Amino acid sequence: MLKSYRAKGFFRKGLLTVLQYIIKRIFEMIPILFIVSILIFFFTHLIPGDPARLVAGKDATFEEVATIREELGLDKPIWEQYVTYMGNLFQGDLGTSLKTGLPIMDMFVDRFMPSIYLTLFSMVWALVIGLLIGTLSAVFKNKWPDYLGMVSAVSGISLPGFWLGLILIQIFSVQLGWFPTGGADGWKSYVLPSLTLGAGIMSMLARFTRSSLLETLKADFIRTGRAKGLKESIVIPKHALRNSLIPVVTIAGLQFGFLLGGSVVVETVFSFPGMGRLLIDSISFRDYPVIQAELLLFSIEFIMVNLVVDILYSYLNPKIRYTA
Amino acid sequence: MELSKAVNSSTTIKKEKKYSPLRELLKNWKKQKNALWASLFILLLITVAIIGPFIAPYDPYKPDYNAMLQGPGIDHIAGTDEYGRDIFSRLLFGARISLTVSFLSVFLGAIGGTILGLLSGYFGGWLDRLIMRSSDVMFAFPDILLAIAIVAILGPGLTNVVIAVSIFSIPSFARLVRSSTLEAKETVFVEAAKSMGASHFRIMFQHILPETLGSLIVFISMRIGTAILAASSLSFLGLGASPETPDWGAMLSLGRDYLGTSTHVVMMPGIAIFLTVLAFNIVGDGLRDVLDPKTKNE
Amino acid sequence: MEKLLQVEKLETQFTKDKQKIKILHGVNFHIHQGEVLGLVGESGSGKSITSLSIMKLFKGTSGEINSGRILFNGDEDLINKSETEMRKIRGKQIAMIFQEPMTSLNPVMKIGEQLLEPIRLHLGLEEKKAKEHAVSILKKVGIPRAEEIMNEFPHQLSGGMRQRIMIAMAISCNPQLLIADEPSTALDVTIQAQILDLMKQLQQKEKMSVLLITHDLGVVAEMCERVVVMYAGRVVEEADVFDLFESPKHPYTKGLIASVPKLGQKKEKLDSIKGNVPNPSELPKGCKFAPRCNDVMPICYEQEPPELNLENARSCSCWLYKEERGGIRV
Repeated sequence: MLKSYRAKGFFRKGLLTVLQYIIKRIFEMIPILFIVSILIFFFTHLIPGDPARLVAGKDATFEEVATIREELGLDKPIWEQYVTYMGNLFQGDLGTSLKTGLPIMDMFVDRFMPSIYLTLFSMVWALVIGLLIGTLSAVFKNKWPDYLGMVSAVSGISLPGFWLGLILIQIFSVQLGWFPTGGADGWKSYVLPSLTLGAGIMSMLARFTRSSLLETLKADFIRTGRAKGLKESIVIPKHALRNSLIPVVTIAGLQFGFLLGGSVVVETVFSFPGMGRLLIDSISFRDYPVIQAELLLFSIEFIMVNLVVDILYSYLNPKIRYTA
Repeated sequence: MELSKAVNSSTTIKKEKKYSPLRELLKNWKKQKNALWASLFILLLITVAIIGPFIAPYDPYKPDYNAMLQGPGIDHIAGTDEYGRDIFSRLLFGARISLTVSFLSVFLGAIGGTILGLLSGYFGGWLDRLIMRSSDVMFAFPDILLAIAIVAILGPGLTNVVIAVSIFSIPSFARLVRSSTLEAKETVFVEAAKSMGASHFRIMFQHILPETLGSLIVFISMRIGTAILAASSLSFLGLGASPETPDWGAMLSLGRDYLGTSTHVVMMPGIAIFLTVLAFNIVGDGLRDVLDPKTKNE
Repeated sequence: MEKLLQVEKLETQFTKDKQKIKILHGVNFHIHQGEVLGLVGESGSGKSITSLSIMKLFKGTSGEINSGRILFNGDEDLINKSETEMRKIRGKQIAMIFQEPMTSLNPVMKIGEQLLEPIRLHLGLEEKKAKEHAVSILKKVGIPRAEEIMNEFPHQLSGGMRQRIMIAMAISCNPQLLIADEPSTALDVTIQAQILDLMKQLQQKEKMSVLLITHDLGVVAEMCERVVVMYAGRVVEEADVFDLFESPKHPYTKGLIASVPKLGQKKEKLDSIKGNVPNPSELPKGCKFAPRCNDVMPICYEQEPPELNLENARSCSCWLYKEERGGIRV
């Protein structure tokens, strides 16, 4: 549908300007990422408790703790530690976990993709159901589908994710036995967590689609379409929804980053072996190298997602595309 | 269309009789039936938060090993938890905790954000750039993740939850106030005040701040729901209230092990959180329709 | 000449805040085959609502037709037609052009895509034939490089071009009646003239009937054969265009004509009608124009004047002519 002229847009505007724009945005990101990395590094070192003591164990002697401290490089000044850390980071070394002694990179490898799938599936739920509810609500404005849709939407925004997750587990896993209660084996184990994670954004998109669509339905070109003798079943999806989609997709993209935050809670509820649960586990163990690496990764992901949304948006909208 | 113009002008003529913003607000507020009910519910909650400890039928901390995990009944209208503590009494105490935590954190965030936003929008220049770049950095973390990070550093506990939630609220308030400030700065009466030699402080707080109040109030009411959800999530993750506290999130976290056998242990605090957040969201929607017609959601 | 469209006692109302507001109060007029009829009045007089009523385009509004008849092609009463039946008429037998060419085209659809919709729907042509037809129509409305424009988006075109596209879309299925609602108002003066010329040309070539809605008497004089003057949801005068300008009957028409600047006329100030169009929900008793009328009489505040048939097939609703049915009083 939109694809054909979207693709063309890239060429019309010139691939070069597109690349320039992306490169410019990436360069703008660098200082922010730099500051973020400093903040994360220094603040995780503020975490109370002596990591060396943690590694050595309660019964370790003072000398043993001192040796470990030296091994970990914790006796050096903090800025030096930071430089070393960043140096290692660029070589793909995120440090070692205090708890398991494993390289953090190895720990992330197994957990990264399941978390990504989880957020992606959540977004798919949110887009499909959110758009559907929003469209039905707008089309049947002030009739029962609208009331039903909007009541569910405002409820969806107000539901605590962890509670929704627990209830879904109780009904669909424990009582009906349709889905596993946790883990990440096969698509079935993704259904409930992704639904839980997507519920909030789904509701938000439903509300947004509705108001955006109602706005579009007032437009003159909708009347033109009707005056041509088109059916409502053509006017709404082909003329109205297509116009409303651009802001809706933008909002969806911007919300994508917040799924990353929500995943921490949802992964804990569903004992999902992803990045979010690892973060919570690390916090309770004060495994600060892992916390540090996690936070850094989350913020990079978040910034990247927002960048991609920005770029996509400017090419989704033909007006922006040609006049910019 | 001609018609809508004509019909609209007829309503404005009627309204012109005697204009008073407060009466206008109250009149429109009455039209928002849902929001009216929701605000009554919030008033009830606030009352409960204040007098809860006096009307609670049981001591929320006192275990009763003869009445563990009882379902809702005559003795315990919301049942008991795994220590035999009365869930209803704990919910009453929890209302105070939830409201205090959320109000406090949102107001702290709002005050911080408003001051930064005013300074940023009013003075512009390097101060503006500094404040906005800092908020960009804050925006580099998803909300709840930022709160988790802050609590991870400061350690668990309700005070730290308040700090965490207010810190993550600051940048959004700052942006909101900054954009309204930029708008208000261009208005005639601000120009007039400037030319009359009013101090920066006076212009900011007496002339610009009132202009931003409408959208600020709407945002605060929406934010309180978010804050309650965030605080209860933190408690659920074991980063907020300590487990024995009658905090709604903590109650849920403890109760989850008994979900299969005693559903009410999880249902009751969940419903409490849900209804409270729902009420604040509905009030926020209503306020937006009344105060901020630009973003009206029909 | 045969009558193509006959509107009789048309009443249309809208609902706002559960209050019913009548916008049209028994509108009567007709259009002959191949005729250009002007529908004139200030904004708020009910011209546009009349056109929307003929098309029954009330979806998404609270509008509904209360009573009356809209006879099309002799004895087909559009009021009794179902939505499905109306859809077969819209765009095929009756087409419409709107005031705002900027917003009347869908911004995210290519011109070709929008143009093909009615062609494929009503003429049932297959893709290739339909495209050829669309291009030929574009050429007919004077669009250069028609093939290229098919692949462009509305925002790449000027206002005048967009209005040409709207016209092309409207005439693409050879409608018997074209309703043009202020087709030139939003355009620059030079473009206005071009668009009106084009419409006149097409009307003569295709033998279409046109209902031209406008507030601009200059456009009426240029384009129309007969004129219907509307005020507050009523027809107050109907006459041949020459008669109307030569000897307007209704004080409102006189006022309208007096407010048009004329060549060679040296006047400090243009005459204008005092006051404003009354609000549809707060109409005065008696003649709705009475409060603004220069020739007002006591009876005007009491009773609404009936529609009088005068000579030369013209009619007028005004108490000034009560005594002299068919007579002349200037």
